Amino acid sequence: MAKRGLEDASTAAGTIAERLFTLLVWGAAALVVAMLLWVLGDVLVMGLSHLSWEFIVAAPEDAGRRGGIGPILVSTLLILLVALAAAVPLGLAVAVWLAEFTRRGGRFANSIRLTLDVLAGVPSIVYGLFGNAFFSLYLGLGFSLLAGGLTLACMILPVFIRTCEAGLSMVNNDWRRGALALGMSRTSAIWHILLPAAAPAIVAGLILGIGRATAETAALIFTSGYVDRMPGSLLDSGRALAVHIYDLSMNVSGGDGAAYASALILIGLIVVLNTLAQWLAERWLSRRILNS
Amino acid sequence: MKAESDKTLVNSGPYTLGEIREGTPCCEPVPHLQVRNLSVAYGQQSVLDNVSLDIFQGCITALIGPSGCGKTSFLSSLNKLIELAPAARLSGQVLFDGQELLGAPVDVLTLRRRIGMIFQKPNPFPLSIQRNLELPLKEHGVRDKQLRAHKIETALRDVGLWDEVADRLQASALSLSGGQQQRLCIARALVLEPEILLMDEPCSALDPIAAAVVEELIQRLRGRYTVVIVTHNLAQARRVANYAAFFWMKERVGKLIEFGQCQQLFETPGHALTAAYVSGASG
Amino acid sequence: MTLSAHNSSSHLNGGAARTDRNLARLLALLAGGCALLLVLILGFLLLEAWPLLGSGGWRAFIRDSGWYPLEGQFGIAPMVWASLAVTLGAIVLALPLGLASAVFVRFYAPPKLAAGYRLLLNLLAGIPSVVFGLWGLTQLVPLIASWQPPGASLLAAILVLALMILPTVALTSAAALAALPADLLAGAAALGISRKGQILRVAIPAARAGIVSGALLAAVRALGETMAVLMVAGNVVQNPSSLFAPVRALTANIALEMAYATDLHRAGLFASGLLLTLLVLLLAWLAARVVQRAPRGSVYE
Repeated sequence: MAKRGLEDASTAAGTIAERLFTLLVWGAAALVVAMLLWVLGDVLVMGLSHLSWEFIVAAPEDAGRRGGIGPILVSTLLILLVALAAAVPLGLAVAVWLAEFTRRGGRFANSIRLTLDVLAGVPSIVYGLFGNAFFSLYLGLGFSLLAGGLTLACMILPVFIRTCEAGLSMVNNDWRRGALALGMSRTSAIWHILLPAAAPAIVAGLILGIGRATAETAALIFTSGYVDRMPGSLLDSGRALAVHIYDLSMNVSGGDGAAYASALILIGLIVVLNTLAQWLAERWLSRRILNS
Repeated sequence: MKAESDKTLVNSGPYTLGEIREGTPCCEPVPHLQVRNLSVAYGQQSVLDNVSLDIFQGCITALIGPSGCGKTSFLSSLNKLIELAPAARLSGQVLFDGQELLGAPVDVLTLRRRIGMIFQKPNPFPLSIQRNLELPLKEHGVRDKQLRAHKIETALRDVGLWDEVADRLQASALSLSGGQQQRLCIARALVLEPEILLMDEPCSALDPIAAAVVEELIQRLRGRYTVVIVTHNLAQARRVANYAAFFWMKERVGKLIEFGQCQQLFETPGHALTAAYVSGASG
Repeated sequence: MTLSAHNSSSHLNGGAARTDRNLARLLALLAGGCALLLVLILGFLLLEAWPLLGSGGWRAFIRDSGWYPLEGQFGIAPMVWASLAVTLGAIVLALPLGLASAVFVRFYAPPKLAAGYRLLLNLLAGIPSVVFGLWGLTQLVPLIASWQPPGASLLAAILVLALMILPTVALTSAAALAALPADLLAGAAALGISRKGQILRVAIPAARAGIVSGALLAAVRALGETMAVLMVAGNVVQNPSSLFAPVRALTANIALEMAYATDLHRAGLFASGLLLTLLVLLLAWLAARVVQRAPRGSVYE
């Protein structure tokens, strides 16, 4: 057996096929890198040529061809704030319940997990339909930052919950037992020990949520709307950055430059927000938990 | 209790106690916990059958026997931590100072303050050394900051950790060595001034030197606290315990085979199984 | 002496135990509320779609030959086919490329390069779909148009979507490959099987459940994607007859027409949203089944 294998490996055909395969794998990897560089390079080059401080702070003029994206940035951040304010406390609560208060294999808990997984698969445009029917019309919020933010909260909630739940379940069980053996209530064990210990997973979930919510377009078109003025309150309509990019490239001829600059800002915004989340979590953690 | 047996067991007989600062020494056995017909099952699987024994005040009681014979289940029935396993079913009686723990509704948080527990693997919280001790105190309503600081220092001195960590109370508890971590966990239990300490193989995850330090600490707890210790180390049981309980698996269910004074159980076991286990495993 | 009256703090602890119970109840309630979201979503979709569905309109979905909602024609078959064609095309492109990327990360790249490549895939996954759409519209579509006009086409949508779902395929496949027991490959190597053979005949078959479920999850994302498809596919309602023909996907149709749709037209859009959800759930269910069924007796576990 072994001898035959040796012969096979040393035949010319074997070596050529092997080399070809290696070449294919490296080629595929190189292709992916090239595509990414193409996309990112485009955004960078086209975006930078149109980018200025003025662009970031000024209001859009002439349907966005001139001027900037100031009010749009504000709307984007407000929508994100609403989404996180609604999704994070609720998500943490449900994750804590799933991880700490349910029995393994309990029916109610498992059906809720299944439901969350189903919700995670629902397309964003469907969340948009729902948000339009429920928040905008049924609850009477109209086209508003609030309606858009709440729609996004629904959209990012399932993944956030499941990520946090996984993080909590991975927390060392010895800490859980140790806390209870000291006569601590579950509530304080969760608050003082388990949640801080699960913080890395919570931050990961948060970053996923921020990324998805900031990038979302389809769910916002008919919940928070198109209005590109500076919003006066959460009940005003406001245009998110992603919606702005869509509008500029599809409906405004000559808007490509502004669209690329907006795209660059959008990607930069996601990176900044993620870094901020990471930094805040680390600061918070270093006050409570010290690295060993 | 025979005087001659005290000579054979250095520093472990009831008359050769270490530092006693308070509490009843065990020259007059007063039952602190009375276990009557305790059976434990997980779902349909019975793990402990019909165990009855007394844990005497101020004494060290060792639970010995092979793995899987229900010693840990027995131990965690005493502070009801076994309730963490949702499928666990208990029957029988456990009386703590005469008060029934199993049948009646009990405030488990107070119960666990009065009955502390030390685990096999040191489990300090991923917080600072100080906060590890502060958190349980706050939890049990010690609001006064100075009083807390005093209690923390006392507990750390009791476990001989004060001199080692006094200058770095804000450092992470996880930065301590394994033996220090285990002593911190003992201090964390002691800071609540419990009456009983349950120890589940507290030395088995430590290196020999750290284990010796912890064992010596356990010796010093005698008299002041009632200690129940699970150990697989028969020599250790012989060194530290006043009483010993031998558990064994019969028909896949844990049973108490023999319970009595430690020397007696080791030297003149009343049961053939005990004799075999004690001689075989310790030889 | 009772336990609950033992010390001065016992009152607090009794309260703490009650806090625990109340917290558990509150959290269970919130969890139930979250689960209710699905009921709410499906309920509102049905409610809004009812004017059309209730009057037997679902038959119009199949019967009518075209989508002229203002004239009461609700044939969505062309858009369903377009959605499926785009999804299928994207998977066909992304699966081999993603699998090769996973093999590269797991077996070929030196550790540092593998880590960098992984980072790159995550970066790719983090680019907003509207940016992919913008890039496709301004770079890819003119490129295709110069070869086979009009440019905005099924092919453009497939290419952009393939790029978008590539990270999902690659990362899940890499995870599935990494989860294989080390001695499996060592065993294959000990039998004198070549590297290519180890990967193609041992590793990939053994990890197939994870790979297939990753591909199905990517399909879920492709089918549900709106913006990128909307921006590059041309949005003409017609059966996808050629790679270079413009098509309109179900998702794109909703986004395009919701702004002005009323009455039956609006109901039709909600009904198509319902159909889209069902299609996506079917795929997700398949993915879950693949993972569930595979471990039994296979080397994957």
